[in-house]
Amino acid sequence: MKKLIAAFLLATLPVMASASGGNVHLEKANIDLSNQASLQNGAKLFVNYCLSCHSASYMRYSRMAADLGMTEAQVEQNLMFTTDKVGETMKVAMAGSDAKNWFGTKVPDLSVIGRSRGADWLYSYLLGFYLDDSRPFGVNNIVFPDVGMPHVLGDLQGWQKPVYVTKTGPEGKTHEVLDHLELAQAGSLSEPEYKRAVRDLVAYLVYMGEPIQLHRYGIGVWAILFLLVFTVLAYLMKKEFWKDIH
Amino acid sequence: MSNVMTNLVTWIDQRFPMTKVWNEHLAEYYAPKNFNFWYFFGSLALLVLVNQILTGIWLTMHYKPDGELAFASVEYIMRDVDWGWLLRYMHSTGASAFFVVVYLHMFRGLMYGSYRKPRELIWLFGMVIYVALMAEAFMGYLLPWGQMSYWGAQVIISLFGAIPVVGEDLTLWIRGDYVVSDATLNRFFALHVIALPLAIVALVFVHIVALHKVGSNNPDGVEIKKNKGADGKPVDGIPFHPYYTVKDIVGVGVFLIVFCAVIFFAPELGGYFLEHDNFVPADPLKTPEHIKPVWYFTPFYAVLRAVPDKFGGVVAMGAAIAVLFVLPWLDRGEEAAKSTRYRGMIWRIALTVFVISFVALGYLGMQPATPVLTNLARLFTVLYFLFFLAMPFYTRMDKTKPVPERVTS
Repeated sequence: MKKLIAAFLLATLPVMASASGGNVHLEKANIDLSNQASLQNGAKLFVNYCLSCHSASYMRYSRMAADLGMTEAQVEQNLMFTTDKVGETMKVAMAGSDAKNWFGTKVPDLSVIGRSRGADWLYSYLLGFYLDDSRPFGVNNIVFPDVGMPHVLGDLQGWQKPVYVTKTGPEGKTHEVLDHLELAQAGSLSEPEYKRAVRDLVAYLVYMGEPIQLHRYGIGVWAILFLLVFTVLAYLMKKEFWKDIH
Repeated sequence: MSNVMTNLVTWIDQRFPMTKVWNEHLAEYYAPKNFNFWYFFGSLALLVLVNQILTGIWLTMHYKPDGELAFASVEYIMRDVDWGWLLRYMHSTGASAFFVVVYLHMFRGLMYGSYRKPRELIWLFGMVIYVALMAEAFMGYLLPWGQMSYWGAQVIISLFGAIPVVGEDLTLWIRGDYVVSDATLNRFFALHVIALPLAIVALVFVHIVALHKVGSNNPDGVEIKKNKGADGKPVDGIPFHPYYTVKDIVGVGVFLIVFCAVIFFAPELGGYFLEHDNFVPADPLKTPEHIKPVWYFTPFYAVLRAVPDKFGGVVAMGAAIAVLFVLPWLDRGEEAAKSTRYRGMIWRIALTVFVISFVALGYLGMQPATPVLTNLARLFTVLYFLFFLAMPFYTRMDKTKPVPERVTS
């Protein structure tokens, strides 16, 4: 009970605005879900770099094939590594207990990560790894401090190091604040190329969070057009009935 | 053909009062002819109730009330069930729409004095519906088994623990466990899909029976039954069917346009209808940084947090709801002048202050409680209660305007 009250009190503290944001500046992801090539590239990055540890256990390969304009054969040959059934969901072989040993925490399933974190957070997170010797994998993250995940895209992005500035606090004490990150060692992609790759990956994650969103706008337009016609007709009928009421 | 129909109707009427009920409640139920915009929300509330029940039945066919399976079963509905995503969004958007419509419906009653004699019981039944609806929404919110589902339930149930002596046992009895768990999920499911909907439907029935006994109020607050024509029908009344059925259909059309715009283009509505944190599966070991209820509870949540003492906060929150029940007896204004149209400046100011306070509390209940915001919440809490507690005095002092004999158009 005390813990609950404490939790309740904690919730009332002027903490970060939301669990997904924090007070760090997030960069705009500017994803485009109508760009199928971008989603396909994102899917490729996802299965190659994320799906060895993270599962997406609500997402079926066959659904991805259908939604992203690929044949099931293409998906089976190029994007399926952990199963041979295209109707399966994206599971990983790693056991939960292994993850706990290796990363100190359960590795979250990424099926709906696009919905809980949002595109901008994911984008900034994947751009925000920097070298930090104090961490088990040698990297830290500006939007997710002390994250347990290694920088799996490090070979693509290269390795960033933090640049600190000295600031004077209200009491006259000086302290160092992380100002920005700069590239210490180049990766196989240039900065614009890496950003584009991350944007594709984030677009895929957002798509995967809610596959129907590729179609629901289109259905919605028809639904609303129908309702507009319906409402106009209903209004004309009402007017006709009410002619004699004064 | 028409002969067969007539015979059938006669056959039924000899065994069941079909035509009688139709006439009493629709074709010969005389409603004031001057209903305005605010009178759409009663029928819309009924529409949303039907929407919730129908989509709810189909969601139950696929949902699993089990701590291990619940979150995944919702995603299964979103992905693998044909049109499951639409059912789910209709239901989740419907929950918020229900409160939008009900709040506007209640405000209409407040504005035109529809709670006053002889309609006190309509208001009371309505209030019981409102409380049942809050319980229904609260329990339904646990079912997706996300982080906000879990911790929202944890926090709200723990509030009962503040009640002296029986509090701790009460929370244990509600949860069926020492923390919110599978046992809690199962019983909330039972209450959400059977007990409360049944109660709400029954209450809506008596709400309407009571309404049809005394007749509908109107924006002028004039009793139309006082002016009857030679035929014994109110001169300012028109049959509910077809006049208000065709009019309400227009309201339904407009409402559905907005409703569908949310469902198809913004089902999360920026995190207000579906909270982002609720897409993280419930984790009893990880408390979210900022636990907040869904928007329709936030006015009362702000009252709760405004009081420094936990038990005091719980009492204040309960009182903020309870005080609405006695509204018909707090209002001591001149009996004829029911509608705000014919009430004086004091009432108008009081009503305005009340609306501002309620909306402001709703906003503050969503924000993290900084010292400044908490003080603001205290101010609006005081104003909220002043509206009710000072009502017996200021309504008597208020100078009302002359009320017309007949409704105005």
